[in-house]
Amino acid sequence: MQHDDVIWSIINGSFCSFMTRTKSQKFCRNEFNLTGLCNRHSCPLANSQYATVREEKGISYLYMKTVERAAFPRRMWEKVKLSRDYKKALEQINTHLIYWPKFVRNKCKQRLLRITKYLMKMRKLTLKRSTKWVTVNKKVERRELRREQKALVAANLNQEIEKELLERLKNNTYKDIYNFPVAAFEKVVDDEEIEEESEEEREEGEELEEEEDMDDGEFELEEEDDEGQIEYVADEDFDESDDDIEDGEPSAESSSSEEEEVKPKGKGKAKKVRSRKRVHVQVEYEDEGQPSTSKLQLQHT
Amino acid sequence: MASTSQIEVPTWNISEIKNKNRRTELYREMKKKKRMAKIEEKKARMKEAKAKGEKAPPKGIPKTMENMRVYDETVVNPNDEEVMADEATDETAPYHTGQSEPKIMITTCDRPGSRTNKLCKEFKKIIPNSTVFYRRGLDLKKIIPQAMSRSFTDIVVINENMKVPNALVVTHLPDGPTAHFRMSNVKLTTEIKGTDGMSDHRPEVILNNFSTRLGHSVGRLLASLFNADPNYVGRRVVTFHNQRDFIFFRQHRYEFKSGKKVALKELGPRFTLKLRSLQKGTFDSKHGQYEWVHKRHEMDTSRRKFYL
Repeated sequence: MQHDDVIWSIINGSFCSFMTRTKSQKFCRNEFNLTGLCNRHSCPLANSQYATVREEKGISYLYMKTVERAAFPRRMWEKVKLSRDYKKALEQINTHLIYWPKFVRNKCKQRLLRITKYLMKMRKLTLKRSTKWVTVNKKVERRELRREQKALVAANLNQEIEKELLERLKNNTYKDIYNFPVAAFEKVVDDEEIEEESEEEREEGEELEEEEDMDDGEFELEEEDDEGQIEYVADEDFDESDDDIEDGEPSAESSSSEEEEVKPKGKGKAKKVRSRKRVHVQVEYEDEGQPSTSKLQLQHT
Repeated sequence: MASTSQIEVPTWNISEIKNKNRRTELYREMKKKKRMAKIEEKKARMKEAKAKGEKAPPKGIPKTMENMRVYDETVVNPNDEEVMADEATDETAPYHTGQSEPKIMITTCDRPGSRTNKLCKEFKKIIPNSTVFYRRGLDLKKIIPQAMSRSFTDIVVINENMKVPNALVVTHLPDGPTAHFRMSNVKLTTEIKGTDGMSDHRPEVILNNFSTRLGHSVGRLLASLFNADPNYVGRRVVTFHNQRDFIFFRQHRYEFKSGKKVALKELGPRFTLKLRSLQKGTFDSKHGQYEWVHKRHEMDTSRRKFYL
């Protein structure tokens, strides 16, 4: 026999395994509890007319309990699958719980609302990307940094790049842009002679280059306003390969300070070189037979 | 060593002396003697070399990490036909032969700091035919199909930590590979002294020291960001130099002073990359298939073992 009052008096007065006492309140751990509180209204044991909404694997169900089934624990709860549509589910609750107390009906609706909201949030979160936080091992970082610096010194970057570029020049990658007599260099001739020759040839090469270069803004400007003027491009801007120290810095701690120390010297050298060279340079320039390059560009475009 | 004979070996063991002052003094003395002996020996050797002229014994080869490298069976022989055939048909092959033109999308992490933004702008200058996009908190996986529909061929993502750029992801579209690099020592153009403005010519690319199969695929991926047909007139050269698995990036303008001499002028930013992982296919951190992942405890057992 089901006696709600007797059950409640036992639960309230002596003991209930689902009850948890805190300083201020009593809570209920029973899965079928509507509110989670331990009181006469929402006790699933002491109410023979009871209903609740539960979520199982993303689907919410309405559970109902009636007095008639109180004697059959196995069939005690009537389980109805609720629609995914929130409005339809509310209607379902209304129709099924039409003779249930108002308190139960309202609480069931509130529970349904809460469940649908957290299901929505769960779906959103699973689709969203999440940041994975990784610890950074300081010791390893320090080690990596040190090894990187050592590797940089070992790399000898500028020399390697120069080597590769010269290799490309040798393999005729640049074709007609540069006109150095490659075969002649392979023979061992007197060094100074070679340099003088190549100086001249380089100038020729540059002329060629300027002619070919049509789509470059800088060169365009230069050529439009000066037909007879001679421009010496970038000679002083370039560091010679022999005195570059930038990449091969020996130690990390002093790298910045060292750069500051070293660089002014390099500049000083460059200035000296410039002043010396300006005196010596002598170039012949043929400008009679050449058509204006700006017109050439027009034809191309 | 011959030098040891010159040192007076003390009859007692220095570390057994209990008086600390005396012990340190003796130790210092011993050190000094050793040093002096070494210098003497060196001087003698030089003298001998000078006296003998050309007949002098040849200098020994110094031991370096490079020449003591642990043997790696995947180091590619440049004449290996199998590898050549493989590389002729891989995903990045059309970009190396010049059949298709790269088009790059550059983006960052969700909320980039000013440094990362500046680096982005410099990337845009370095890589021809590239566009910078604000990330706007979009998933990379959602960006990829959009980029593909707009016929982008690569996505470059710069990541940062504490407002310092610290990682680089390069995804090749439409079907991989994807490389994830650690980025360190970033120096922007403004922070390097004596740089010059860069022109917008298509740069040449130099890939140095990428020796193994893995190294080749990484190098090819990086090179495929640039047009296969450089504009030689611009004299711009972009270098990816691999040394001990660190990939150093530099950009220069060069000038051939003669057939034997080149002058270099640094242009762009500097940074160092280190490969973290290489993935087949486009970016997919959850279900992606990894070709190679750096595992510190398993892989960093020897200092002389290099993977690229």
